[in-house]
Amino acid sequence: MRGHYRILLGMAAGVGKTYRMLQEGRQAQAEGRDVVIGYLEPHDRPETAALAEGIEVVPRLRAQHGTLELEEMDVDAVIRRAPELALVDELAHTNAPGMRNEKRYQDIDEVLNAGIDVISTVNVQHLESLNDSIAELTDIRVRETFPDRILEEADEVVLVDLTPEALQKRMLAGKVYPKERAEIALQNFFRVEKLSALRELALREVAEDVGARRQSTVLDPLSVQAVAERVLVLVTPEPRSQRLLRRAWRSAERLGAELDALWVHKPGKPLAEEEQVSLAALRRLAIVLGAHFVEEEDGDLVGTVRRVVYERGSTYVFLGTPDERRWIEVVRGSLVSALVRELPGIDIRVVANRADREELRP
Amino acid sequence: MTALVAVLAVLVVALAAALVAMLVRRNRHPRRLPVNRGARRVLVAFSGRLDPTVVEAAIRIARADEAVLVPAYLLVVPLRYGEDSPLRDEVELAMPLLEAVEHAALRAGVPVDARIEKGRTLTHALKRLWEVERFDRIIAPAPTNGHGGFTEKELAWVLTHAPAETVVLKPMPAAA
Repeated sequence: MRGHYRILLGMAAGVGKTYRMLQEGRQAQAEGRDVVIGYLEPHDRPETAALAEGIEVVPRLRAQHGTLELEEMDVDAVIRRAPELALVDELAHTNAPGMRNEKRYQDIDEVLNAGIDVISTVNVQHLESLNDSIAELTDIRVRETFPDRILEEADEVVLVDLTPEALQKRMLAGKVYPKERAEIALQNFFRVEKLSALRELALREVAEDVGARRQSTVLDPLSVQAVAERVLVLVTPEPRSQRLLRRAWRSAERLGAELDALWVHKPGKPLAEEEQVSLAALRRLAIVLGAHFVEEEDGDLVGTVRRVVYERGSTYVFLGTPDERRWIEVVRGSLVSALVRELPGIDIRVVANRADREELRP
Repeated sequence: MTALVAVLAVLVVALAAALVAMLVRRNRHPRRLPVNRGARRVLVAFSGRLDPTVVEAAIRIARADEAVLVPAYLLVVPLRYGEDSPLRDEVELAMPLLEAVEHAALRAGVPVDARIEKGRTLTHALKRLWEVERFDRIIAPAPTNGHGGFTEKELAWVLTHAPAETVVLKPMPAAA
């Protein structure tokens, strides 16, 4: 069985990821677990070194690179040692040439596959998808990157957070780098505005990770209390759905909610050209709005909505004013009534066209 | 006995009439202006602001053409963002403008099919839109007192590249 993977994510060096990793290692040891240090980045920080004392260190591999002697994690030695938990610092690190794996996250993958739990650390600037944004924010192009899927596949991603001001204080006190190096860093990478931007990226990354995990877990609205609101808007490929999607987006923004747009199309019913154009326009609008566009093929509209609400943890359902004739309502029943009946505990909002208010005039 | 049957018959007829009346009574559902298949489509593209005189003129043109009015708010995605980035702040500006155009068009009995389209420049967004949708007439507003509308250079580009009949609308000086 694959080991449990926990990643400690920070905005920059010095926020305390390694320290936290060691704290968690010691805690696990105190609980009777077999813990080793697979690799600890030698930062020359006395507090960190003191915390590492008493945890077994698996000897590193030495590699000669030109005149340099480099040390890397010995993956095979960690696997042979077979601890319950291995602490491995800096997952985005690039191994010395000649190692079996190019990157440390690949080494970690092997350790996890051997059934060993791993706690690792990384800074947000190493995330591949953020490489361009980070370069623009910091004027530094990060070369050691790791793919986004590593965060997605981890069992847990934990943010190790510190305010930019607190980090600067730590730097000035020489707790991160030696003082002379710290002063140069404070004038470059570690300026408050850059750290704030990096912190925002790290916070957003962890928030998105939590959102994605919530989405991928099948929620039971009856037993699981959703933490945040989530809006589902029912659209059809016709012009009025543009307005409906925009109105749902505005409500979702006010609620601070994620927005999903759902189109349920009947099987075997091809779309007319106008409908195809409308559908493509809705998809484009969803991208602009940052909404998720969901398409389902099913003849049972209400049943499909119920399933999607259940799967995505929706708390609100928006729909346009149904254009049912009264006799259809009598014969088949009303869509709104069916949704109210089938979606207990979910708020349902019928979005009208404001221009129709003129019809209220006596 | 006969009187009772007659009363019952009248009641049944009255009930049946009421039921039929209820079923066939005109819905008080919102007006949905019918859009004929293959109806003409008039695009009015804008960004930032739209002069009310341009809106009125666009509605008049669409009504005369028996066309669907397509007001399109064009968003420029800054180069520092990916092309698929959501643009919340910009959309906040676009929403009330589109709603206002939609209301005005619907009040005038003109069917409307609004869009928000994005690109690296206004002309890029416009090009993207007419590459995927058919338009029979394109309305390009000129600037009003130097605000809103397309610039001279953009208008020249629109006139050169538009795939349909193009109208450059300059608001009346009084309105401006």
